[in-house]
Amino acid sequence: MSALTVNGLCKSFGGLHVTRNVHLNVEPGERRLIIGPNGAGKTTLFNQITGDLKPNSGAISLLGKDITKVPPRLRAHLGLARTYQIITLFPRDTILRNVTLALLGLSKLRWNPFVPLDRQTALMEKAEEALGRVGLAGLKDRPLAETSYGERRRVEIAMALAQDPKVLLLDEPFAGLSADERHGIAKLLASIPRDVTMVMIEHDMDVALDFADRITLLHFGEVIVEGSRAEVVADPRTREVYLGA
Amino acid sequence: MAVWSLLAVNSLSLGGLLFLLSAGFSLIFGLMRIPNLMHGSFFMLGAYLGASLLQRGYNFWFAALAASAAMVVIGGLVERLLLRRLAGQELAQVLLTLGLSFVIADLCLMIWTGDPIQPATPAQLGGGVRTLGMFFPIYRLAIIGIAVAIALGLWVLIDWTRLGAMIRAGVDDAPMARVMGIQVSRLFTAVFCIGAALAAFAGVMGSPFLSVYPGLDADMLPLALIVVILGGAGSLLGALVGSFIIGLLYNFGQAMFPDLAYVILFLPMVLVLILRPQGLLGRVQT
Amino acid sequence: MTSNPGRTGFVLLLLAILATLPLWMTSLYYVNIASQILFWAVFALGLNVLVGYGGLVSLGHAGLFGFSGYVAALLMVNGYSHAAALPAAIIGTLLMTAVFAALALRSTGISFLMITLALGQILWGIAYRWADVTRGDNGVNVAGRPSPFGIDLTEPRAFYVAVFITFILCLLSMLALVRSPYGASLRGTRDQPRRMRALGFNVWMIRFIAFLFSGFWTAVAGILFIYYNQFISPQVMALQTSAEALLMVISGGTATLAGPVVGAAIVVIMKNVVSAYVERWNMVLGIIFVLIISFMPEGLVPGTARLWRSMMGRRRAAKMPLGLKVAGEGSR
Repeated sequence: MSALTVNGLCKSFGGLHVTRNVHLNVEPGERRLIIGPNGAGKTTLFNQITGDLKPNSGAISLLGKDITKVPPRLRAHLGLARTYQIITLFPRDTILRNVTLALLGLSKLRWNPFVPLDRQTALMEKAEEALGRVGLAGLKDRPLAETSYGERRRVEIAMALAQDPKVLLLDEPFAGLSADERHGIAKLLASIPRDVTMVMIEHDMDVALDFADRITLLHFGEVIVEGSRAEVVADPRTREVYLGA
Repeated sequence: MAVWSLLAVNSLSLGGLLFLLSAGFSLIFGLMRIPNLMHGSFFMLGAYLGASLLQRGYNFWFAALAASAAMVVIGGLVERLLLRRLAGQELAQVLLTLGLSFVIADLCLMIWTGDPIQPATPAQLGGGVRTLGMFFPIYRLAIIGIAVAIALGLWVLIDWTRLGAMIRAGVDDAPMARVMGIQVSRLFTAVFCIGAALAAFAGVMGSPFLSVYPGLDADMLPLALIVVILGGAGSLLGALVGSFIIGLLYNFGQAMFPDLAYVILFLPMVLVLILRPQGLLGRVQT
Repeated sequence: MTSNPGRTGFVLLLLAILATLPLWMTSLYYVNIASQILFWAVFALGLNVLVGYGGLVSLGHAGLFGFSGYVAALLMVNGYSHAAALPAAIIGTLLMTAVFAALALRSTGISFLMITLALGQILWGIAYRWADVTRGDNGVNVAGRPSPFGIDLTEPRAFYVAVFITFILCLLSMLALVRSPYGASLRGTRDQPRRMRALGFNVWMIRFIAFLFSGFWTAVAGILFIYYNQFISPQVMALQTSAEALLMVISGGTATLAGPVVGAAIVVIMKNVVSAYVERWNMVLGIIFVLIISFMPEGLVPGTARLWRSMMGRRRAAKMPLGLKVAGEGSR
C-alpha cells in the first residue's frame, strides 16, 4: 500500500491548466522531492492533496484510502500534515501556543469551553516536545511576532510534526533562508524517522537534492520526468526545463 | 384581470425605481467591496431635497436633477474626505457609512420634521391611459421608461466607454487594474458619485407614490441589499433582474398577504443564499 | 491571560463596588442606570464572542435581542407564567440564532455583515408589520417582573441585584471561554481559517457554536431588557440597536473582556446624558461612530492609552487599524 497516490489529477482555472493529468505514487517512508520552476503547479498540487482546492478530475488516496472527496480537516485526522511556503501562523500568540493549536486540531479537547487551556499539561508537554525536536524549546514563550524568519519555519515544522503525521507535505521549507539556516533545516528534516513519509516541493534543485529518494519534475502542470535522484539529474529534459536549452 | 395588470405595472415601476437605487449600490459594492450603508440615506436625502424644490414651485425634472447633482457633491465629499482615509480597511469603511447614515437621518428629521411629505405627480405625467378597458397611471409607466433608459445608458457606459472598461477591470480585479495603470482611487470617487446621484434621482422619482418620511432610508437600504444579494455584486444585469423580482414580490405580496409582504421580500434572498451564494448572476471568484 | 496581580485587584475592587451599589447608592435613578449598563454589557459581551473572538461582524443581533424580548413578552401577555416564558424565549432565540447562523455562515467578512443585517431586518419586519400577532407599532406591555425566591424584582434595587448576578455569570462564562481550548480554536478561525482547517479543525462548526453562544447571552439580555422597560416595540429590533451594540463592542476594544463592558457604560451614560438635553441621540451615535472609526479605530481603552503614551512622549505608538479582525474566506 502506498502512502500517497495521485491518479490522473487535472485542474484548470478558466483556460489555464495548472495541473495536467498528474500521476504520483509515494511509498511509505519515502522522501519525495517535487521540483519545477516557478509556476509549474507545485503548490496547486499540494493544495489539491490537502483539499484546499478541488481538482476537476482525478483521484487522490492517502494510505490506501480514497480522499478525493474528504474535506481538508478530515484529511488532517487521517494523518496528513503540511507546512506552508508563505508562513501562516498566529502572530499574536507565543510559539508554544502556536504548536498547541496544532495539537488541539486532532484532540477532542478543541470543543471544550470549560477548562483553561494553560492547564492541559499533557498537551503542553507534547507541544514542548515537538518544539524540542526542532530546537526551539528555549524560545517557547516568545511571541511569534518577535521571532526570526528561520525560527518561524521551524515553528511551521514543529506544528506539522506535533500532529504525528503519516504523510508530511513540505512547501519550500528552505525558501528565504540563509545558508546556515538552510543547513539547520536540512539536518532537522534528516532527523525525522522513516515512519513519516515526506513530500517536499522546491524550485531550487540544488538545495534539496540530498533530501530525496526519488524526484518528480513538474513543468506547466505536467510530470516531465520521474525517477531516482541520479536519473532525474542526468535526464536531458531536466536540463531543458532548468536551463531552457 | 384589471387588478392584476395594474399590479403588474406597479410592480414594474417599483422594480425600475429599485434598479435606480441598487445599480449604484451594486457597482460600489463590486468595485470597492463595501456595502454602502448610506445608500438609503442618499435616496431619502434626494427625495427631501426634491420635495423642497417642488414646494418652492420648481419644475419636477429640475428638482430631480438638482437633487442628484447635490448628491454627487455630497457623495464625492464623503468618499474623498472620509472613506479615502480608510482605504483597504473595508470593515471600517462600512461602519463609517453606517454612522453617517444615522447622522443624515437625524439631520433630515431636524430640517424636515417628522411629518411625511407627499409631492404631487408632475402635471404633464398626471392621469392615465385607458387601453383594453384598463386604466394605467402614466406616471408609473414613465418611471418604467426612465428606468429602462437609464439601464441602457449605464449599459452603454459600462460596456462601451473607457470609464466603463476601467470600472469593469476594477470590479474583476482591483489590484490588477492598479498594476495596469488605472487610477482605481479616482474610479472609486466616480462610481460613488454616480451611485449617490442615481439613488437621489430614484428618491425624487419615487416620492409621489412612496412619499418622503423619516425612516424611508431604513426602508430602502435593505431593499438595495436584497437586490444585490439576489443579483450578485457588481452585476448591472443582476441588479436589474433582482429589482424586478423584488418589485413583483412586493406588490403581489402586498395584495395577497399584506401582513407578511415585507418578510416575503427576503425569501428569494434566503433561497439564493442557500442554493447559489454568489447571487443569480454573480461570478464565482477564484 | 496575563495574570497581573495589580489588575486583578483593580477588577475585583470594581466588582465589589458594583456588587454593593444598592447599599450605598441612594438615588434610584442611578441604580436604574447601573442596571441598564449591566444588561447592555451582557448583550455587548455576547456580541463580542462573534465580533471580537470570531472575527464575524454581525449587524443583525438587534433582531435576536428583540426576538427574545418579544417571545417572552407575548407569552406573558397571553397568560403564561414567567417560569414558562423565560425558557421558551431562550430556547426560541437559540433556534432563531441557529437559522441566522446557518444562513450567514455561508460567507464571512463583509458579506456576513450584509446577510446578518438583512436577517435582522426580516425580524424587524415581522415585529412591525405582522400586527395581528405582535401588535405592530403599538408594542407590547409587560406587566410585572418575576419574584424569584419571594424577592420582588419590581423594586429597582432588587432588580439591579438580579441583573448584576446575571452579568457576573455572563462574565464568568466569557472568562472560561476565552481561556479554554475552544476559545483558542475560535480565535484561530478568526486569524487563519484555512490553516485551522488543514490542522483538522471544523471551522464552520466552531463558528456555528460561537454564534449560538453569542445568541444565548443576547437572548438573556433581551429578557432583562423587557423586564427593565416593561415594554417592547419594533424599534428595539431596528438597525440602530445593532449599531449601538456594535459601538459598545468596538468603542471599548474588541476581543477583550473589559472592552464591551466599558463600551456599554460609555454608550448608556452618553445616551442618558444626551437624551436629557436634546433629542439628537441618533446624530450623536452616528458622530461617535465616525469619530471612533476615524481617530481611535482600536477602541477607546487601547486608544486612550496610545494617545496618553504619545503625549507623554515615551514613544510614538503607531495608530492601529480597526481593532476588529475580520475572518476571511479561507476556503481557497
